[in-house]
Amino acid sequence: MSTPTELPQTLLQTPLHALHLRLGARMVPFAGYSMPVQYPEGLMAEHRQCREAAALFDVSHMGQVKLVGAGSAAALETLVPVDVIDLAAGRQRYAFFTNASGGILDDLMIARPAEATDADFGDLLLVVNAGCKAADIAHLRTQAGSRCTVVPLPDRALLALQGPAAAQALARLAPRTAELVFMAGGVFEIAGARCFVTRSGYTGEDGFEISVPADQAVALAEALLAQPEVKPAGLGARDTLRLEAGLCLYGHDIDERTSPVEAGLQWAIQKVRRPGGARAGGYPGAAAIERQLAANPPSKRVGLVGLERVPVREGTPIVDAQGRALGKVTSGTLAPTANQPIAMAYLPLNHALPQHEVYAEVRGRRLPMRVTAMPFVPNRYRR
Amino acid sequence: MTTMFTPDHEWINIEDHEAAVVGITLHAQDALGDVVFVELPEVGRTYKKGEVTGVVESVKAAADIYMPVEGEIVEINQALKDDPALANRDPMGEGWFFKVHVTHMEQFDELMDPPGYDALLKSLS
Repeated sequence: MSTPTELPQTLLQTPLHALHLRLGARMVPFAGYSMPVQYPEGLMAEHRQCREAAALFDVSHMGQVKLVGAGSAAALETLVPVDVIDLAAGRQRYAFFTNASGGILDDLMIARPAEATDADFGDLLLVVNAGCKAADIAHLRTQAGSRCTVVPLPDRALLALQGPAAAQALARLAPRTAELVFMAGGVFEIAGARCFVTRSGYTGEDGFEISVPADQAVALAEALLAQPEVKPAGLGARDTLRLEAGLCLYGHDIDERTSPVEAGLQWAIQKVRRPGGARAGGYPGAAAIERQLAANPPSKRVGLVGLERVPVREGTPIVDAQGRALGKVTSGTLAPTANQPIAMAYLPLNHALPQHEVYAEVRGRRLPMRVTAMPFVPNRYRR
Repeated sequence: MTTMFTPDHEWINIEDHEAAVVGITLHAQDALGDVVFVELPEVGRTYKKGEVTGVVESVKAAADIYMPVEGEIVEINQALKDDPALANRDPMGEGWFFKVHVTHMEQFDELMDPPGYDALLKSLS
């Protein structure tokens, strides 16, 4: 059996590093950090735990950044095709930084803390991908730094509590968190720590992301793990969960060469930022993205379900019935909950049709796959 | 000694050299995680030592299966098709992959005995 080799390198650690080791996690390098890929129960059990009860993920490697100043929202709108100005206090929104050709530099979450009570979390609170955070912070400073103050928050950890029992478990520690709806957030005291909590996540399940001071992160994680519904889960399960939920992984399903329209993320571009809207355009790549909104892009991200029980992984060529190349798989696995091979790929528009059959070339065989609407597993957000 | 090991974390039991049993080690299944798919070679096909005969996949990774010694595949473990997790639960027993008619007995001596394999594992940890 072949085994992957790992190059020795200096890895960063999250504030929960010692806890992961104590819990028996297998640590792997990810975006420059040593991160738990799975705990002793294993990826499948952790995946099921999240679908059936509640799972706790350490996502402290992600970048947390606050923008401070009255002009923060207007400044951020120059970098994302998203309505930030109208984002209400206590609400959160999905967004992406675009480049001049309309590609995606990173995707992110934007929350607007309530002014009166949560001012220490800035005018806007952003969560960006670990692998992009240095570039994102530089981008924000260069492009928006004259209109607001960009403050990275490296002294905060980020925990994700996800699953149908997450709300009940968290409410035992902070009853008022139960009042949050999907994509809402605010400040809550949990296990003695002042936390910014949003009802959001990356699994398709109900759940929360909790920003906590680094020095109180272990106590919070232990308090959450002490709840009978909650068990730890690693990045391995996080990846299969997000894939089943049809959510993009930056650097795989979206990157600087894919536009939000090709990626099927145009739902995140509100009317006010589209042609005819009050604040149309005004972000990098607006012309390219507007063209695609009006006249369709050449290809689109689709979901694929394998008709044979063989995993189809990232990089696998997708071909038509005659063997002509159509595209490549950007993420794929044998889905633990859907219990079949699932994948995402970019296909030309005439193949990106529901129920359309294409073929994955795996070890010299052509495996039939069917274009399918995503998510692969129905999401269960608390709206 | 009837069970020997390869540096690729496979084992071969040669009690019956006309049907030597091949599988992956406890360490291999642990490194892979939950096995969800095993593709096995065709019965009747002959492979050289070190040739890729199939693949074993977990949710997170895929790994090639190599031929530990030259020979002809005489049987494959059909049970793995319906229950790939057998490779996790009992990798050295019920989770075997295939049986080989070994034609070059001397290649068996090039493999590691159990203490040799244990030493390899220690050097990896």
